[in-house]
Amino acid sequence: MAQEQVEEYLEAIYDIAGTEGAAKTSAIAKCLKVAPASVTEALQNLAEKNLVNYEPYKGASLTEEGKKIAGTIKRRHRLLEVFLADVLHINRAKVHDEACRMEHTISEDTENALCRMLNAPARCPHGSPIAPCAKGVGSCSECDAVTGSAIPLPGDLRNADIIPVTDLGPQEKGTIAFIRGDCKVVQRLSDLGLTLGTIVSVTRKSPMNGPVEVFVRRTKLAIDHAIAENIFVNARDGGKP
Amino acid sequence: MSGCDGCTGCTQKKESAVTDVDYTIALAGNANVGKSVTFNQLTGVDQIIGNWPGKTVERAEGILQYKGHRIRVIDLPGIYSFSTYSMEELVSRDYIALEHPDAVVNVIDASALERNLFFTIQLMELAPPLMVAVNQIDLAEKKGISIDTKKLSSLLGIPVIPTIAIRGKGIPNLTDAILDLVRDRPVPPTLAYGKEIEERISRIMAMMGVVKTAYPIRWLAIKLLERDPKIIPVIREQAPEVVKEAEKCAAEIEALHGESVSVVMSAERYQIADRIAAEVITVRTPSDGSVKKSLTDKIDSFALHPFFGYLMVIAVIGGLLIWTFLIGAQISAILTVFLSQFEQYEPVINGSLTSVLWNGAFTGFVAGVTLIIPYVLPFYLILAVIEDSGYLTRISVMLDRGMHKLGLHGKAIIPVILGYGCNVPACYSCRIMESPKQKLLAAFLVTLVPCTARTVVILGLVAAFVNIWWALALYAFDILLIIIAGRLAFKVMPGESVGLIMEMPDFHVPSLSVVLKQTWARTKSLVWLVFPAYIIGSALIQAVYWAGWLTPVNNALAPVTTLWLGLPAIVGITLIFGIVRKEMTILTLAVLFGTTNFATVLTPVQLIVLALVTMIYIPCISVILALASEFGWKKSLAITFTEVAAATIIGGIAFRVLSMFMG
Repeated sequence: MAQEQVEEYLEAIYDIAGTEGAAKTSAIAKCLKVAPASVTEALQNLAEKNLVNYEPYKGASLTEEGKKIAGTIKRRHRLLEVFLADVLHINRAKVHDEACRMEHTISEDTENALCRMLNAPARCPHGSPIAPCAKGVGSCSECDAVTGSAIPLPGDLRNADIIPVTDLGPQEKGTIAFIRGDCKVVQRLSDLGLTLGTIVSVTRKSPMNGPVEVFVRRTKLAIDHAIAENIFVNARDGGKP
Repeated sequence: MSGCDGCTGCTQKKESAVTDVDYTIALAGNANVGKSVTFNQLTGVDQIIGNWPGKTVERAEGILQYKGHRIRVIDLPGIYSFSTYSMEELVSRDYIALEHPDAVVNVIDASALERNLFFTIQLMELAPPLMVAVNQIDLAEKKGISIDTKKLSSLLGIPVIPTIAIRGKGIPNLTDAILDLVRDRPVPPTLAYGKEIEERISRIMAMMGVVKTAYPIRWLAIKLLERDPKIIPVIREQAPEVVKEAEKCAAEIEALHGESVSVVMSAERYQIADRIAAEVITVRTPSDGSVKKSLTDKIDSFALHPFFGYLMVIAVIGGLLIWTFLIGAQISAILTVFLSQFEQYEPVINGSLTSVLWNGAFTGFVAGVTLIIPYVLPFYLILAVIEDSGYLTRISVMLDRGMHKLGLHGKAIIPVILGYGCNVPACYSCRIMESPKQKLLAAFLVTLVPCTARTVVILGLVAAFVNIWWALALYAFDILLIIIAGRLAFKVMPGESVGLIMEMPDFHVPSLSVVLKQTWARTKSLVWLVFPAYIIGSALIQAVYWAGWLTPVNNALAPVTTLWLGLPAIVGITLIFGIVRKEMTILTLAVLFGTTNFATVLTPVQLIVLALVTMIYIPCISVILALASEFGWKKSLAITFTEVAAATIIGGIAFRVLSMFMG
């Protein structure tokens, strides 16, 4: 089993079940788009390497070692996404796939350098949190001493506050940065006025991930929570006319 | 989806009942802008509501008589765009492009000018003689929005008339403008997109010389650029090189913007709409700078409250059902007394064939008049009031999460509630769902909702002879069953599900004409489908029984009815009768047992099991027909057999479980 494959599996389990839960074989197969039979084989292999706990018919959960690898890959993935989107200005809808391929090949040094260059961003362009590094330093300024890095911390290259519209507070406004999801849904949303750069605000959230009421272009729309989570807004410059 | 998927750009035949008109015009616009009210103001009572030929989309038309002219007015469905998101959008754009109405009136909401102009821009691309009616200007004024309609007219290059349709204001002006429009038939001007888009539209248009089609050329070029899945095959057949060029242009735009080309085009249209709106709108903020909470906001803070909102949903739906049965029972009793003067109401199975046939047809008719109409009409009347006021969308939002568990979303609550009246219009209303999977799933669940006829059985057997709590328990069990069946069906059925995206209109006082129209639209399917099925079905089944063919069937069913369900063998026949009309179960039982006191012939367990089975096993022949017309015979029969099997299995289990502690 190649290292890249190992990492892909651990990442998939992490995505499906988090750090504590168990991911079913079928779910992993669906996520990685491979046959369930090969998943079973791979999981047995990973269990031998002591990266996952695997029980047939119940699924696989990450071991301590597995969690560490999966966490690192996720962190690299999200850092790369920020880099691709904010520095190279690559289309935000495409950075995910790009980062998926790059995450397996970069070294820890590159990861550290990226983190410093991007000023330790808190969230990826799609709004998921980027875990802090595991270096045991109190703050980023102490990081210099530990890593001996020569790159100065840039002052102006700050990660724009791109968050899902569902994270907007009651009085906050945001401008739409991009929308991910099924093309029919994206089309429907833009037909209803949710086009890039449009100012939106959240007028009402319902408990337990119920629909979100969004105010856009003088009208209110009720939008499924899962769809709304994929509408990303720039919260920082939302106030401008 | 109807069978028109495979056929692109087909022309609809002018199948309208109204002939000898001078002109034909169409009303187009978003949902919730007062388009129906405008339609009613223009046409009065002279309306025909039907379906678009071969499509499951409602079509309303009427006649406008004005200054000696007869003008046919077609009310197109309320839509937001001309993409291919829904059948309504396809029907509307094909109608305007291919049927060439003499004029199109775009009704727009003054309070949401940008979103409405987005659609106006698309209408202009279709290039019919076009005008705009800016409706609900009074409501906009209340929100502090004034619109300079003269300026809007000069910016768009088409006539613009302000209206308050609900109060009839501006309607004479609108009618005058319509007359001018149908006489002159001006082509609306072209609104230009950004340079990089326009350049590519011209490139595609330059190659279109060879293409022969009824669609306007510029519109075709734009649709090709947007990769419209319905237009591309039409053009590819004639000129594949045009499609290739369009694809190249589309790819260039995508590289430029990093977004899909249709999304870029939507953004471009909104840019134009925003620019125009900004020039014609004046927003007045209150002098003290405070933004007053609108009435809609005040109601919403209650109607969408995480606790009180649910209370309100329960109160409204519960109140609707109670009202239905209180009013329905009254009207039903009066009608029964009246109609029983003419013919015996109970099914007759002895005597000459003609008298049995006649009695069957008559009881079928009486059942329709006394059972369906008195309950369904008041039900749909109040439901239309709830719908037109804007509250139904709030129910959808409140119940969205629950409907998610069934693989549906909040909008599906509309067919489900309709189902408590009669399953037939409820099946038709599943069209409001987005994907084919969700339509079918919603229709399947609708058939499990106890309609008025089944409620009569539950009340007549269980509430009357066991007690009301067992009747309510059956209702509760039914809801549980719907949830389980929904979850199972969601997993089994192939296809995609789309989440809720719904406009939340402002609350307003319902318009009587819209409410009556909506009630009629739903009730008419009863008259055209349920009545014939009742009359013919009842006559036939009584004749079959008269001929003595049902006793062998009865015997064949005996293992299931007696051994498995623990019911008397004679009940087999009533279940067969129930296929035609559910409430016939009770009538036939009365005839067969010679008594209406069922407690003397059936045990409580038998009463409950019989009501339970009747509630679940296929709704009735009318619903099977409705399902077949919406989804095809294969799916209709699959649902039927699933439910017969489920009813049999659940009935048998219930018999055993209930027998244990009810003796």
